[in-house]
This record gives sequence, C-alpha cells and structure tokens, in this order.
Amino acid sequence: MTIAIGFLVKHPGILSLIQDAGRFGAFNIGLTNGGPIDKSAFHWANRLCANDLDVSTIEVSIGGFSLIAQVDTVIAITGANMPLTINGAAKALWRSHKVKAGDLIELGFASAGVRCYVAVVGGFTINESFGSTATVCREQIGGLAGDKLAQGDILACQSASIKGKQNLLLPECFWPSYEQELVLRTIPSYQQHYFSSQQQRLFFSSEYTVSKSFDRMGYRLEGHAIKCDIDGILSEGICHGAVQIPADGQPIVLMNDRQTIGGYPKIGAVISLDTAKLGQLSQGAKVHFEPISMDKAHNLYHLALSRFNRTALVKCD
Amino acid sequence: MSISLLERAKIAIAGENSLMIYFGEQASAEVSAHVQQAEQLIRQHMADIIIDLVPSYASIMVMFNLLDNDHHQVRSQLRTVLKNFSSNSSEAFVAEKTNTAKVVELPVYYSPESGPDLANIAKQAELSISQVIEIHQAQEYRVYAIGFAPGFAYLGEIDKRIATPRLSSPRLKVPKGAVAIADRQTAVYPSVSPGGWNIIGLCPMDMFDASAEPVMPVQVGDKVKFKEITKTEFIALGGVLSVEGREVK
Repeated sequence: MTIAIGFLVKHPGILSLIQDAGRFGAFNIGLTNGGPIDKSAFHWANRLCANDLDVSTIEVSIGGFSLIAQVDTVIAITGANMPLTINGAAKALWRSHKVKAGDLIELGFASAGVRCYVAVVGGFTINESFGSTATVCREQIGGLAGDKLAQGDILACQSASIKGKQNLLLPECFWPSYEQELVLRTIPSYQQHYFSSQQQRLFFSSEYTVSKSFDRMGYRLEGHAIKCDIDGILSEGICHGAVQIPADGQPIVLMNDRQTIGGYPKIGAVISLDTAKLGQLSQGAKVHFEPISMDKAHNLYHLALSRFNRTALVKCD
Repeated sequence: MSISLLERAKIAIAGENSLMIYFGEQASAEVSAHVQQAEQLIRQHMADIIIDLVPSYASIMVMFNLLDNDHHQVRSQLRTVLKNFSSNSSEAFVAEKTNTAKVVELPVYYSPESGPDLANIAKQAELSISQVIEIHQAQEYRVYAIGFAPGFAYLGEIDKRIATPRLSSPRLKVPKGAVAIADRQTAVYPSVSPGGWNIIGLCPMDMFDASAEPVMPVQVGDKVKFKEITKTEFIALGGVLSVEGREVK
C-alpha cells in the first residue's frame, strides 16, 4: 500500500471544493452537474499547467485557504483576486509557479470576485463517483468524501520535474475584471409565454441585486417582483442558467448544483458565459437581464471558445 | 392509422445547450408512456450528440453537445428519430412495464410534529388531519420521474381533495425523509435540501444510497404505497426528528 502524497490542506477556508468539468449522464437518478462555477477561470488554470482542460482542480470560494506541498510540481491559480503567497512571498495569479516539497501556498480573501481555481500539473488524483470528481455537498457526492475540503486532507497528485522548466503566464490584458455590475444575456424560453408582455418588459428593464442567498445552487436576486399567469407547472428538467420565478416574483438564476427537475415557472435561461461571471458576484452586486436569441447565444459561445484557443500563453521564468 | 411520436411532441428551447420536448400538459399514463419510449429512442440513436436527458412527467429535456451541434441540427435529428416510431407501440411498451411494475411500501410517521404543513392542508381542505393522512395513504402511486435531487421520486397523482400548491417561497432546508405534497404530486425528500413542497410526515427509509446497488429503492414506472407508522416505530426504523425539520425559513 502506498501513502498518497501531493498537497496537505492546512486551512480549508470558507468553502473549497474539488471540481472537474462536472458530472454528466446521471440526471436519471437525480444527480446534478456540479463542476466549476466560473468555467473560464477553471479552463485557464488548467491551461497554465498544460493540462487537459477538464482535470480536477480546487475551487476556492471567498478565500482563507492554504496548502503545503509534499512534492515538487507546478501549480497555477486563476479567478478572484485573492492575494497569493508562496512561503510568505507575494505571487501573481494567472500564471504558473514551481513549488517544492515543504512550500506553503496561501490564498487570502478576495476583494473582487468570489472564486479561485487551484490547478496542478496532471490534475489532482481523486476517485470518480458517477463519472466525475465534482463535489456537490448537498448530494454528498464527489471530492474526497462528498464534502468540502477539511484541515488535514491530502490531495494526491503526481510529482513533476521542475528543473529548467519554464512557467506560463496569461498577459494581464486578458485578465477578467470582476465588476459588481453585470448584464446577464438571457434566452427567453420555457414558460416565457405565461408571462405577460408587460411583465417580460419589466423583467428585462429592471435592476436586480444579488441577495444574501447566493451559492453554487442558485443566485437569488431582489428587485421588481415578476408575476406569472400560472403558479406552477408539471415538474420538468431545469437547464443550467434557467431563471426561475417563484410565487414571490423574485428571480433565481440556477447554477451548477441546481435541482435537476422543478415546478416553478421559468422565464428564460442565462447563457453560460454570463453565469460564469455571475458566479463571481456576491451580495449587493447589481445585474440586468438582456434578451438574446438562441442563434446569437451559440455565436457568442463559439467566439469565446475561439478566442480562448487563439490566446497564446507567454513563457516566463 | 398509427400516429408517430413526433405528432404528439412539441419541441421548444430551454437554454443555450438544451431543448425541451413536450408530450402534453397533463400527467397521465399515456403521456408518461410517450416520454419513456422517446427517452429510450433518443438514447439509442443520438448518443453521440446528447450530454444528458432529463425525462419527467410529460417532457424530456435534451442537453446536447454545443461544440459540434447547433439547436437546428439537434431538432431535426429529434424529429427524424420520433417520426419513425408509432406512439401506439409506446403504449404497448408501457402497458407491459405497468403489468410487471413492482410495488414498494414506504412507512411514514404522519403528525404535526413531523409534518409542519399537515394542519394547514387539513384546514384548507376542510378535513381533519386524520382524514388527510387516510387519503394520502389510501392509494398506490406511480413513479413518474426522478430528479430535483438524488433519489427524489415524483409520485402521482394524489387525491384532488388534498392537492395543495407549493409554498410561495421555498424553504431553505427541508429535512431528510420529509414526505411532501405539491399540487397533485407527492414525494419523499431523500436528503436535506431546499424545497417548496408541503411537508406532511417523515419516512425513515433511505431513498438514495450511493454505495448501495441499486442506489434507489424505486425507479420510474414502479408503484409506491405509503403506510402510516407510529413515532415509536419511526424511531425504531432509524428515523430522526430534527430541529431542522420544523425550520420554516
């Protein structure tokens, strides 16, 4: 028997979760997708480690997280601007760093944005459940034991030769700025026709505030209540980004850990580029909804993907 | 002449990578038959395009791979698959499944203590609490869909007299094992989760166990029968009455 070595969790922070690309194909037993809330930052972290884009990382929410390396390897951290130090020395996000066994890696609290992604060369070695390592605490599925990381957890990974290896960085002009105001482009869909044209105009012209209930399951917003002509529907599948309007009229944007089926009316679905940005907002942030066609949404998705693939990383020491 | 599944279906947009196929607006054994058959056909013929399928009472959500398909292509393939199948044979398919369906009995501790909405339902229905309990456990229910949370089985349809709309704002925490009602649906919450259904009791059985085989005691098409138990029996079966159980917001 071998003892797993990789990284030791010194401080787990508020909410740190193992996430790969997510769990797909288990909706028939009610398992949701999980996976990184900010898919863009997640992909960049893996690219900076020259990984396959979908391997397991740590999603650190809010901050206050620290790890001790037990192997020599290369890591990269992207996302919310949590101050990063390695052995006490300030280091930049959005680039890779060589670490040696014994190094202390610390993330402070974010002043802008909510979530960071910690990637390591080759990804963390975590057993899959139902085809994925994604942690969904509500389901007690994924991660180490279906839960968030705890002090003393060991996250296995391979060691990587760091001698003479060059680091990679994403030029600063490509770093996202996590502003506390956002337009959520939304495809009108589902029960849209059960909302009067006046209610739809109200929805697309009002400002909403992120309430104190925002998590990986959904972002509850506060603002103009939206009325639907019906109270409920036969429960049906809920897609990522769906905007649910419960009877109190306050929209909820459903995210990665959403329930798979539900019976509240939905007015549309936010595109994935914008749910990724929404997931970096916290209480008090302002959002607007803007209608967008399915074809335009597809166009934006592919443009963003193409831009991601064509953005070259820069070698550094 | 037989009608194809396509003629019964309405295809609509859900989100960026998802379409909805609706087979009706009401739950019925017939509509459920179409859903089950269409799900099987789509899994057979479109496996390379589909990321996941979410069948429910009267609809299927189709999540597709956006990297090499757009919604026009996916629609046209769905049409082709559904067109070549007669909906009569889907009824035969489900009739056969219904005849062989197993009946799963689930014990429930019904009480105002374990079911904080029981009194309200009784009041609105102008019935006594014991009448509400009697009506709820009187019949067999069909498992129409599984989803919302791991192991959450949607059962229908409950007697009109005790049908109750969802709460106007969902509870943030519903306890594990909560037996609840929303409109004419009933279900057992398999784990602690947010939810807007009216809680009438608690079931001590595990509805989902990731390490068990099978992971769930029921599957779509099975029948479920509830059976009232006492508080003592509930606790003897491993049931837990938590403070969270009565938490409202």
